[in-house]
Amino acid sequence: MRFHFKTTYDDDIRLFIDGWKLFLYGALLVLMLALPWMIDSFYLGEANNVLIWAVCGLGLMLLTGQTGQASLGHSAFMALGCYSCVLMMQAGVPFIIALPVAGVITGCIGALIAIPALKLHGVYLAIATLALAILADDIIVLLEPWTGGVSGIVPPDIVIFGYVVNRWGNPTEWYYMTLVVTLVVTLLYRNLLRAPLGRSFAAVRDSEISAQAMGVDVARTKTIAFGLSCAITGLGGALMGLFAGAFNNETFNFLLSIQLLMMIVVGGLGFIHGAFLGAIVIAFLPQLLSIVSDMMGSGVAIPGLESAVFGVILIVFILFEPMGLYGRWLKFRVFLELFPFARKDMFKRQKSYLKTERLR
Amino acid sequence: MSLLEIEGVTLKFGGVTAVNNLSMKVEEGEVFALVGPNGAGKSTVFNLISRFYTPVSGSIKFDGHDLLQMSPHEVPSLGIARTFQNIELFHQATVLQNLLVGRHRHRKAGLVPQLLHLPSVRAEERAHREAVEEVIDFLDLQPYRDKMIAGLPYGVRKVVELGRALASKPRLLLLDEPASGLSVEETQNMRWWIDDIRRQMGITVLMVEHDMGLVGKVSDRVLALADGAKLAEGTPAEVQSHPAVIEAYLGTSAISKTADAKGART
Repeated sequence: MRFHFKTTYDDDIRLFIDGWKLFLYGALLVLMLALPWMIDSFYLGEANNVLIWAVCGLGLMLLTGQTGQASLGHSAFMALGCYSCVLMMQAGVPFIIALPVAGVITGCIGALIAIPALKLHGVYLAIATLALAILADDIIVLLEPWTGGVSGIVPPDIVIFGYVVNRWGNPTEWYYMTLVVTLVVTLLYRNLLRAPLGRSFAAVRDSEISAQAMGVDVARTKTIAFGLSCAITGLGGALMGLFAGAFNNETFNFLLSIQLLMMIVVGGLGFIHGAFLGAIVIAFLPQLLSIVSDMMGSGVAIPGLESAVFGVILIVFILFEPMGLYGRWLKFRVFLELFPFARKDMFKRQKSYLKTERLR
Repeated sequence: MSLLEIEGVTLKFGGVTAVNNLSMKVEEGEVFALVGPNGAGKSTVFNLISRFYTPVSGSIKFDGHDLLQMSPHEVPSLGIARTFQNIELFHQATVLQNLLVGRHRHRKAGLVPQLLHLPSVRAEERAHREAVEEVIDFLDLQPYRDKMIAGLPYGVRKVVELGRALASKPRLLLLDEPASGLSVEETQNMRWWIDDIRRQMGITVLMVEHDMGLVGKVSDRVLALADGAKLAEGTPAEVQSHPAVIEAYLGTSAISKTADAKGART
């Protein structure tokens, strides 16, 4: 077991608590950078998919895990991010500008939409945002002159400083682009958590009344959380649409937001790692299922199998491990660190839900 | 001018009058205690000062500022901090993070600098941490610094909540039953802390407390409430021996009964 002898306040502020952690994450980064040479282009595409899901998941995590506001409307913001980015690209705005601007637009609109929803809590907020997700579908169809409606849009190629990035032509470049976006988003997220704003998010999540008594403007904090969350999800949505190569109103239907919510619950609410672990589960589960059903010898796909398995996984996690995969890993790590002194009931008292999931 | 002036405040919930035409003044640098039976409206007075409730009539002024013109989250910026009767901490956060939220009213950095973690943000964080460490030293919270609230015993949570209020460097500290549920030893500690908060930090303390032993030892003045109205005000000894207070606590005939019993004995 490692002990941290902290000698300065910066020990608690800096990104990595010690050299070992820095080494681990550095090694992970090297592995991610080397990935194109280690796996074929199909699995590289899957890895890319994981990163895109993780970006979307980080967006929702900020709102649901950090601020305690459940949202089932994030597919609408993914759509908004995607359409605004592609429409700007079609209008001739370079991708490198269009992508962040799309994030900002999505964030601003998200914050505006949050204002009337501020008074809602828990399941009521979830229902209100679900309505938003369903509405988005119709709005995309109604705005056909811009969005292409049901027939959808085939986005133009991404051009970064004159260099064309095409999913099929150069998957490695696509992957690196997603990796950069993921790293930037993760860094911003991490910065937020160690700043006063991140703490006021947690304060709003755990006790609105005492947050107020400490001077936290609850309405403003929730609006900012909504805005930032939607901005990040918008970026993820833009990447997802561009990666798909074609998208219409169906691409971003409300089932996507339910998947997103399941993903962060299974990964571990309130942890950055949770978004990534959840993304791995959600991106690889369909592949795993098809591999398994191939082995079982049935050539036909069973309709609804994927959703059913997702549902079962979600129920199992909520019942037995509310802290998700990352929470499970933390417990396993403590077990290893204390070996052989870890006791079975060590975490019994800590089996608690984030306030997000409790009905109020 | 007094630090906190409450003038003729009345609060009604439907047909129930929770606070009835209450006037009180808290002077700078004193420890002022509110006592009274359950349901007397003591915590309601706190919630009025925190602006969680708006009175039907009357005025509440803090250092010349009209509190009724402010929303709840603006009140702490004047230098009013409080604790809650049923501890309201941030459960899924560490003690350190809880105390740092107490520093919220002193934050300066905007959204973008925070996202980018500019050097100014880090300097501010260090300053907040230093202020919080002072509180940790004062309340002996060192062993719990990185512990989650969810796993802490009740007595420690109570102290953490006091610490969070102190971290905001308030001028007026509202303590809602600081000693409820504490052991004899912990209550002793609380007493010394309240003394030190007033003497060393120069913070005015307004508290609600049932433990008359504690009230008698720490407070300069006591106000007894019953059914939302003022019964008596004065030094702890004066209030404790006030006939109306004894009546409210022990019942109407208690005084005559004790008198009878004394008479019978002699």
